[in-house]
Amino acid sequence: MSRFTQNSSRNLFYGGSLFFFFVLIGLTFDTMGGLSKRDHRENITPQVAHGKRIWEANNCVGCHTIMGEGAYFAPELGNVYARRGPDFIKGWIQSQPTGVKGRRQMPQFHLTEEELDAIVAFLKWTGEINNAKWPPNVEG
Amino acid sequence: MNYSSQSVAKLYFIAAIGLFVGQILFGLILGTQYVIGDFLFPAIPFNVARMVHSNLLIVWLLFGFMGSAYFLVPEEAERELYSPLLAKILFWVFLVAGALTIVGYLSVPYATLTKITGDDLLPTMGREFLEQPTITKIGIVIVALGFLFNIGMTILKGRKTSISLVLLTGLVGLAVFFLFSFYNPENLVLDKYFWWWVVHLWVEGVWELILGAILAFILIKLTGVDREVIDKWLYVIIAMSLITGLIGTGHHFYWIGTPEYWQIWGSVFSALEPIPFFMMAVFAFNMVNKRRREHPNEVATLWALGTSIMSFLGAGVWGFLHTLAPVNYYTHGTQITAAHGHMAFYGAYVMIVLSMISYAMPLLRGKAICNGRKSQTLEKWAFWLMTISMVFITLFLTGAGILQVWLQRIAETPMSFMETQDQIAIFYWLRLISGLFFLVGLVVYIKSFFVKNDEFVPT
Repeated sequence: MSRFTQNSSRNLFYGGSLFFFFVLIGLTFDTMGGLSKRDHRENITPQVAHGKRIWEANNCVGCHTIMGEGAYFAPELGNVYARRGPDFIKGWIQSQPTGVKGRRQMPQFHLTEEELDAIVAFLKWTGEINNAKWPPNVEG
Repeated sequence: MNYSSQSVAKLYFIAAIGLFVGQILFGLILGTQYVIGDFLFPAIPFNVARMVHSNLLIVWLLFGFMGSAYFLVPEEAERELYSPLLAKILFWVFLVAGALTIVGYLSVPYATLTKITGDDLLPTMGREFLEQPTITKIGIVIVALGFLFNIGMTILKGRKTSISLVLLTGLVGLAVFFLFSFYNPENLVLDKYFWWWVVHLWVEGVWELILGAILAFILIKLTGVDREVIDKWLYVIIAMSLITGLIGTGHHFYWIGTPEYWQIWGSVFSALEPIPFFMMAVFAFNMVNKRRREHPNEVATLWALGTSIMSFLGAGVWGFLHTLAPVNYYTHGTQITAAHGHMAFYGAYVMIVLSMISYAMPLLRGKAICNGRKSQTLEKWAFWLMTISMVFITLFLTGAGILQVWLQRIAETPMSFMETQDQIAIFYWLRLISGLFFLVGLVVYIKSFFVKNDEFVPT
């Protein structure tokens, strides 16, 4: 340890961090290059983009997860299109809150028919991203 | 306190503790909603309480970091703060902006908030932890720039130590990576990829530099060990943090549509992420064992040792538990993640801020060197109450998570999400009870600031 001076430790920090930061940048460039094959971005229609805005404007991620990220209070929605289908999703959002005593409640968001279709389009697109077959089963 | 301008830190610490109380109260609301689903509905829906809980955490930790910097940097630079006035102005700007944002969350539906704050002009809202209105985000950037200018000028014009330079590097990184919060593409995969450049590169990256610098500062003060020794440890620890943590970002890129090689990069590097935390624990205990003075602020030493152990457990061990891709395939997005998140944030960032407050606050309040015996005893009680409660919160959430993974994802006939939640309710009840004990600890903590006639008497 005696030959390992303060300078060596400082160099380890600056050199090591910088090196791995560039590795991260390199991997990021590679990821960006190949991403379009997996995210099927050609299918991001204005409706899908609108759906993402509605998703965000109502803070859906405050209760639900999407591809596993978000809050763990309500079901995963990255695969909800496959689990429930479009009509159920729209009907469910419209009928909230259930008002069942003691049960978790989802607010009423007063979405228009057009907005409901957009959110469904967004969830359908999300479900078709190639994300290494996650979640393990349809229950999410 | 050696420089009068350090006193601005007091404002920041008081605000931090106040917001901490708010965070815990909203945590208890959330814990209750997990078992009594319609509790406070529709006044405070779960998502609103969660925004308040997590945003208050971030804001009070930022207050804590800034207060720590305002206390630490003049002492390291051996000169007064460049501009105490700027520090005070930015304090009020940040506090008012933060308070208005929380009021916004609580008083109108989130969709209304996005509308009245003009989110459509530059959509950044509605993403986890980055729920703040765009205008608040701009305010955060302005406050951060002013703060960095103030701290940077102080360091530039004074003595430059490893500790202040590492702290500054961490704080600059914090500001720089926050800029990614303004990037919100229509493509969800891209959105998620760069969202992690804020969230992961903060808490598993540059924040660890801030943590390391504050811990090193406190250990120098408390133990009197040579700066050369401490500096060497500090550099090696933060080197390991970034060497493992930067590519460790990959553990978030397993299941969001990014290439599958991330499963290997992420698993290998994030499996190494406990190393810097382990070193930090060895460091803290070593320095205290080799102490050259008996500092009478025993409780500050307790916090400093505590943060080194609890961050190793919460960030290191509980992180490792679910970080390997084949494990994470099953645990991703379950209560296991919540368990890890709670103990890691408490162990690493809550406890380091409380360590700093414990060391600095007596000096800021004009006491000779530390609080009296009664006050320290109370604070030690608070330490154990909060820490043990957090251990139980983590254990119960881990139990909930394991059962959740089994019932919902592994069992032959998987249950639905809500059926599973019903099955694991007992763990949520136990977590809520632990949370109440945490609140008791917090009340004791605050009480420890108000002990009368309790000056420290050297023996």
